[in-house]
Amino acid sequence: MDKHATFSNTWLATALIIPQLLLVFVFFYWPTAEAVYWAFTLEQPFGGSNQWVGMQNFQTVFNDSKYWNSVIVSIIFALATTALSLIISLGLALLVDRRLPGHQLFSFAYFIPYAMAAPAAGLAFRFIFAPSAGFMAAINEWYPNLWNPATNGSHALLLIILCQSWQSIGYNFVFFLAALQSIPRTLTEAGAMDGASVLRRMADIQIPLVAPTLFFLIIINLTDSFVNSFGIVDITTHGGPARATDLMVYKIYFDGFKAQDYSLAAAESIVLMLLVIALTFFQFRFVERRVHYN
Amino acid sequence: MTNFSFSKLAFATLLLGTTSAHAADKIKFDFWYGNTGKIGEVVQKHCDLFNASQDKYQAVCTGQGGYDKAEQNTIAAYRAKHQPTVVQIYDAGTVNFMLSGAVIPAVQFAKNNGIEVDWASYFGGIKNYYATSKGEMWSFPYNSSTAVMYWNKDAWAKIGKTEAPKTWNEYEADLKAMKEKGVACGVAYDYDTWMNLEQFSAANDLPIATMNNGYDGLGAELVFNKTAFVDHMKKYKEWTDLGYAKLQTEALGKDIDQSFGEGACASIIESIADYKTFKQTATTFKWGVTMIPLLDGVSRKNTLVGGASLWVMQGKSKEEYEAAAAFLKYVTSPETGQKYIVENTGYIPVRADGLDLLNKAKFYEDPNNAGREVAIQSLTASNGTPVTRGVRLGNFTSIRKALRSELEAAFAGQKDMQVAIDDAVKQGNDILRRYEQTFKGSQLP
Repeated sequence: MDKHATFSNTWLATALIIPQLLLVFVFFYWPTAEAVYWAFTLEQPFGGSNQWVGMQNFQTVFNDSKYWNSVIVSIIFALATTALSLIISLGLALLVDRRLPGHQLFSFAYFIPYAMAAPAAGLAFRFIFAPSAGFMAAINEWYPNLWNPATNGSHALLLIILCQSWQSIGYNFVFFLAALQSIPRTLTEAGAMDGASVLRRMADIQIPLVAPTLFFLIIINLTDSFVNSFGIVDITTHGGPARATDLMVYKIYFDGFKAQDYSLAAAESIVLMLLVIALTFFQFRFVERRVHYN
Repeated sequence: MTNFSFSKLAFATLLLGTTSAHAADKIKFDFWYGNTGKIGEVVQKHCDLFNASQDKYQAVCTGQGGYDKAEQNTIAAYRAKHQPTVVQIYDAGTVNFMLSGAVIPAVQFAKNNGIEVDWASYFGGIKNYYATSKGEMWSFPYNSSTAVMYWNKDAWAKIGKTEAPKTWNEYEADLKAMKEKGVACGVAYDYDTWMNLEQFSAANDLPIATMNNGYDGLGAELVFNKTAFVDHMKKYKEWTDLGYAKLQTEALGKDIDQSFGEGACASIIESIADYKTFKQTATTFKWGVTMIPLLDGVSRKNTLVGGASLWVMQGKSKEEYEAAAAFLKYVTSPETGQKYIVENTGYIPVRADGLDLLNKAKFYEDPNNAGREVAIQSLTASNGTPVTRGVRLGNFTSIRKALRSELEAAFAGQKDMQVAIDDAVKQGNDILRRYEQTFKGSQLP
C-alpha cells in the first residue's frame, strides 16, 4: 500500500497552479529581471535609448561614500527598530497573556498602530517630536536644545527608529500573544507549583517556547526595516539632516522617482536585495539551529 | 504608479461620461496637472470654464497629486504609450522634457495648429527659462512666480525705518538694530536652494555653472563654490549664531511661511505665489513685499521664474491636438487665462498683454494686491544676461539635494562652509557627468 496520499492528475494540478505562478511572475520576477537589466545599462527617463555599461552603475554606487553612509545608517536603523520593537511587544504580550482584568481591551489597543499607514504615523510623530511646536517643545523649554531632530542627526535617527518600532509593535504583539497562548497551561502551572515566580516562568518556560515565533519575527522585522521604511523618512526627515537618516531604501526612492535616474536606483535595489537575502540566509543557517520547534 | 493614474483617469472619464450625455460627441483630450490643494482646485476650475466656454472640445483634467508625481506619471504613461496630450511640468523638469524626444515644442505646436502667439511679449525672465539656447520657447508658461522678500513693517518701524533694505549689508545692519530693539527673529530661512542659490545668483549676475548655466550643452560644470554664494551662506550662518536669523523647517514644527505669518520672524525670502496665503495668515501686523536684496555695488539683474508650464506630448491624434490648441489658447490668453490665474492665486501674468489688462483694471492698485507687481519688476529687472536666463542642468533635483545636505552639515558645525560647498559641487559634477553619459549623443536644443 502506498504510504503517501498522492494526487496523480498532474495536468489539473498544473492548470490550477498556473494563475498563481503567472501572478508571481508578472508582479515579482519580471520587475526584478527588468531591474537587473537596468542596473547594467544607462536608461533614459523617457526610454529614448539604453546603453550597456556593465558594472559602471555598481561602481558608482560602491565608490560613493554617501552610499556607505546609507548602508551603515540602514543597519543601525534595522537592528535598533527590530530589537526595540521585539522587546517591547514581547513584554506587552507576556503581560496580556497573564489574563488580568481588561486584557482584551489591551490586546485590541496594542494592535491598532499596525493598521496605520506609515505616512500618517510619520506625520503624527513629526508633530509630537517637533522641537519648537510639539510636545517636545515643552521639554526643550526646560532644557534648550535637548531635542532637535532638524539639526541633530542622532536625534533624527532616533525619531525614525521610534516611529518604525511603534508601528511594528502591534504586529509583533499579535504573533507573540498567539504563541504564548498556544503554550499548554499545564507547563506554567507546573512551574508555579514548583515555586517558580512569574518572572522565572517567563524566562525559563514561556520565552524558550516562543523561540520559533521570535525567530520568524526577527527576520520579518529586519526585512521590513530595510525595505519598507521610506514612507516614514519621506514625511519626517527627508533623509536629513546632513544624510543622517538617508536609509538605503529612501535613497532608492529618491534616485529613482525624484531624480529619474532609473539605472542607479536599479543598481541600489539589487544591492539592497542581496543584502537582505544574505542576512536572511545567515539567520537560517546559524541562528535557526538554536531554535527548537515542537 | 501607472495603474494608479490610469484608474483615476478612467474614473474621471466615467464621471464625465455619465454626467453629460452630450459630451460624447465632443473631441476629448487629456490634461494632467501637478498642483494640489487650493491651487489644484483653481486649475480644475480653469478646465471647467474652458469646457463651458465652447461645445466642440472637452478637456479631461486630472490632478496627479504633486509636481514631481505629474512628471513621474507622465514618464511612466509615455513609456506605456498612454501619455496625456498636455501636461503641466514644473521648472526643474524642463531639461528632461527638452531632451525626451517625447514632446512637440510650443513654437512648433503653435505653428502647426494656427495659434498666434507673440512670443516676444513673454516677460524675459519667463521666456528665457522655457526657451532653448536659441531662444525658441518649448512650453507654454502657465503659473509663474519668482522670489521676493516679505518684510514685517511693524518690526522695521521699531528701528525707525519705513523701507525694506536694498542690499545684504543694509539688511545685516537692520537685523542687528532690530535684535537690539528686542526682535527675537529678524529673518527665517531654510535650506531651499531655489531662494538661496538660484535666485540670489541671478539677481547678482553670478554663474551657477559653466557653459552659461548649462544652456550651451550637457558638459557644464558647477562653479557656485567660487562665487559670492559661499560668503552669502557664511553670512547666514553668522546671523544664525548671532541670533538674527533662525532656521525654520517642517521638521522643526514651523516652516518659514508659518513663522513669518505668525509674526515670529520679521522677514523671509519666498515665492510670490505665497502672497495669498499671507493675506490670510499675516493679519496681525503690517507687511510689505520688495525685491530680494543685492550685494553692494551690483546692478540688479532679473530673478528666475518658478512655477510650471504646459507641455504638449507627441503621439496623439490630429483631433486631440486641435482640441489641445483651443485649450492652450484659452488658458494663455490675457482675459480667460492669465487674468484668471492671477486673480485666483498669487501667481503673476506671464506676458505684457496680461499685465496690460490687469493694469487697466487697476488690479495692482487694490490694497489686496499691493506689492504683487514687485515680482514682475524683479523678473524684468534685466533682459537676461547669459547666466540669468535660467539653470539648465541635468538631474538638478539631485544637485539641489546634495547642496542641501552639505549645507545642513555646515550649519550644524560639522564642516567648514567652503569645504561643504566644495563637496556639494564635486558631487554635483559627478551627477552632471552621469547625466551627460546617459544622454550621450543627444544635444540640448
